Amino acid sequence: MAFNRFVSHKAAVVSVFILGILILFVALSPFTARYGVNEAVQAPPNYFLSPRGNAWLGTDDIGRDLYSRLIYGVRVSLVIGLFSAIISVVLGCLIGAVAGFRGGRFDDVVMRVTDLFLAFPFLVTLLVMRNVIGAIDWLRPIVGELSSVRFIIVLFAVFGWMGVARIVRGQVLALKEREFIEAARAVGASRWYIVRRHLLPNSIGPIMVALTFSVVSAIISESTLAFFGYGPQAGDGATSLGILVGAAKGAVNTGFWWLAVFPCLTLVVIALSINFIGDALRDATDPRMQKES
Amino acid sequence: MADKVLEIRDLRVTFHTPLGPLTAVRGVDLDVHAGEMTAVVGESGSGKSVSFLAAMGLLPKSATVEGSVVLNGEQLVGASPKKMRSVRGRLMSMIFQDPLSALNPVHKIGSQIAEMLRAHQSMSEKAALSRAVDLLEIVGIPQPGDRALQYPHEFSGGMRQRVVIAMAIANSPKLLIADEPTTALDVTVQAQILEVIQRVQAQFGTAVVLITHDLGVVARVCERVNVMYAGRVVEKANIMNVFEHPTHPYTKGLLASLPQAGVDRLVPINGFPPNMLQPPSGCAFRPRCEHATDACAATLPDLRPVGDSMSACIRANELTVKS
Amino acid sequence: MLRYVLRRLAWAIPTLLFITFLVYIALRTGTDPVASYKRVNARATPAKIQQYIDANGLDPNYVRGYFRWLGNFLTFDWPRSIKGSREVWPQLKDALANTIRLGIAASTVGIVVGLMLGVFAALRPGGRRDVAVNTAAFVGISIPPYVSAILFQLLFAVYWSRWFGSTLFPTSGVYPPGHTGFDPLLMAKHMVLPTVVVAIQIIAVYSRYMRSSLLDVLSSEYMRTARSKGISERRVLFKHGLRNALIPVVTIAALDVGGIVGGLIITENIFSYPGMGMYFLSAFGEGDFPLLMPWMVIIVASTLLFNLLADISYAWLDPRIRLE
Repeated sequence: MAFNRFVSHKAAVVSVFILGILILFVALSPFTARYGVNEAVQAPPNYFLSPRGNAWLGTDDIGRDLYSRLIYGVRVSLVIGLFSAIISVVLGCLIGAVAGFRGGRFDDVVMRVTDLFLAFPFLVTLLVMRNVIGAIDWLRPIVGELSSVRFIIVLFAVFGWMGVARIVRGQVLALKEREFIEAARAVGASRWYIVRRHLLPNSIGPIMVALTFSVVSAIISESTLAFFGYGPQAGDGATSLGILVGAAKGAVNTGFWWLAVFPCLTLVVIALSINFIGDALRDATDPRMQKES
Repeated sequence: MADKVLEIRDLRVTFHTPLGPLTAVRGVDLDVHAGEMTAVVGESGSGKSVSFLAAMGLLPKSATVEGSVVLNGEQLVGASPKKMRSVRGRLMSMIFQDPLSALNPVHKIGSQIAEMLRAHQSMSEKAALSRAVDLLEIVGIPQPGDRALQYPHEFSGGMRQRVVIAMAIANSPKLLIADEPTTALDVTVQAQILEVIQRVQAQFGTAVVLITHDLGVVARVCERVNVMYAGRVVEKANIMNVFEHPTHPYTKGLLASLPQAGVDRLVPINGFPPNMLQPPSGCAFRPRCEHATDACAATLPDLRPVGDSMSACIRANELTVKS
Repeated sequence: MLRYVLRRLAWAIPTLLFITFLVYIALRTGTDPVASYKRVNARATPAKIQQYIDANGLDPNYVRGYFRWLGNFLTFDWPRSIKGSREVWPQLKDALANTIRLGIAASTVGIVVGLMLGVFAALRPGGRRDVAVNTAAFVGISIPPYVSAILFQLLFAVYWSRWFGSTLFPTSGVYPPGHTGFDPLLMAKHMVLPTVVVAIQIIAVYSRYMRSSLLDVLSSEYMRTARSKGISERRVLFKHGLRNALIPVVTIAALDVGGIVGGLIITENIFSYPGMGMYFLSAFGEGDFPLLMPWMVIIVASTLLFNLLADISYAWLDPRIRLE
């Protein structure tokens, strides 16, 4: 039934297709990309070539094919987005469920912490925390170097769990007073059992929605960081969508429009698609709408 | 016989739903006489509320209203929005089931009543507020001057319903429609509210339509009863006849299902209310009626006189003679 | 109400202290102020370095250091920037003024237009204009502000002048380089593009809020009661519909406006607009502790203040809310 409702959102269905094709392209990257990520298209002069036969989307400042780099870049960004979102959601569900269910001091502390981080502009907290985490030496084996992909994933996970935790906490608070929970308690179910068997499955809808929005948020945050030069530097000329979008700024004044337009367009399409899917998921699992059928 | 304040003839209301057209009201004939309290009784889905919402013009635009509703000599079906606005609140007003959600939570109740007054009478804000306090006193709210400055959430359920009544009669309408006014209230408060309605009726000479599914409430205060089933009126009678000589099998079933002292078992009406998207042909009560014949399925039965009452059962006369 | 406000303000002081302490720790750990100072002033003598440490409260003991910093801060004895010993306040003041200007302009335009569009859409849900507004809002939300900023820059900085020979809207700075004095018209011209970019996001978000809130209100029972009174449809919409629908929206707006001081970093960067965002980025990039701490204090204070305003406005608008 929820599936039917999802499918009725045409934009979401189209988005699923578009994303699917994109992911396919990216997953098959050694075959779909025409050149290596650091490979020059042809012998010099090969820089800043506009779109043409042997470089479908043009070339960058040292003659690399934008199309291929875009594919590899999207791969990196999607990996970052997906992994950090999954970690965020897992962490957020656990913390949020416990906070909502137990309430008390734990809940207060969690709420205060999330409020604290919300008090600052997002980018500021991101940048400062990035530096702080990067400066704690004994964390380095876990989180990796400051400019590695692993670090970014950890960084986003450290932030991402807060939003998810709030959503899950809200759900748990709402469900906590419902009769079937009382019934479970009356039968003697342990608190952990209740969380696992009753609360979490009933929150699947909002959790899935939170997952999709976490992915989008991570992808956009990654490009924001890369924009200011704080993004992942994976070495060997490896790139991410964020780095490519970041380069767009410089390309504007010089008039090499393809370097700005194509990365931005890709980012927008990905963001829009994921947002459409998330929105349709939210409608499909909204308990208020379920009453109508 | 008192004058008729409201005359409804062949009222039909159709909703256009995603599942198809739903005719909730399928030809209702009903009269309300001046100064009387008339009951409209029926279960959920019988069309009793919809009929009067249609009369007030409060249905959404997706609903089609046909037929005739004449209030004080004026035709309301198809009337212009401007006309309807001048009628609502002045000649005819309506109170609803849940007084908490019926009142706007962010405005003081004094000014909500004043709004009703100023919509139809030219009064200053000050005069309207003063009159609002008077109205609160009439409906029995203690310290009306102070209470008028409070918000709806500061009142109890029964008090809120009194406020709603005060608002409804502010402009001395000829007709007050009370849609299940006591259903959401405690039993003890129910009696009080009915008493307030009666008092108001006596003081202002307002005709009242009491829409309810509770026959016990009806017995206390009403003079005439209209029984509705599946979007039609199936029995019209005065209060004594309805209880002592019911003429329609549905009414008989309703009475029989009332809990009685000394009787152990409840006697329900067999079957289920009809699906209004596809009602049964002919008489809609047919599937649940123990007196049904083939003829009952043929045509939609009209109201016919049976003694002092009117009944929509084609076998009413013979069944009455038998009993 | 007054007691509540006073109590909140009283609590604000320890909260402010606590948060700035956390910020102090974070900045010291993350930007290594002493190393930054040494990097920028390579020929600084040990005496100068010590002076820097003292002025900024960079004692080895974090707590003692914090209070030393606090002491200097409260007595307006602010240490100078690590670059060229410039005073902090003039820079900060200008940045703040610029950002406030941009923020107010964009917020006003954004919220007003957003609310109107939301009402527009909610009055006929499911209809064509509703779908149009919803889709536009959705797209607006999905496009990160710097993408639209870049595209606008591309359009106006590069192509407009190429096609039309002159620049319609300048794409950087508050004034053209080298301009002195106060010229509101020129300033406004420079603000157009950044304002539009920020406003787009705001419009997208607020139109959805308003639509959703108004739809909720329109389906309430008291709307039916209002209509049953026979008052004009316009009055029903304004006094009952909008009045109630605005409550949650205003509360959110109060919080958003509070975040404006630090929320325009990206846009400012793209348009080279010298506001709080640019200030932060350059200070952070250099690890300029004396510049960063006052900035943070302003951010935190602004957030606390607007949180309080949001709570007050919520209670004022909705009588069911009681502030304890």
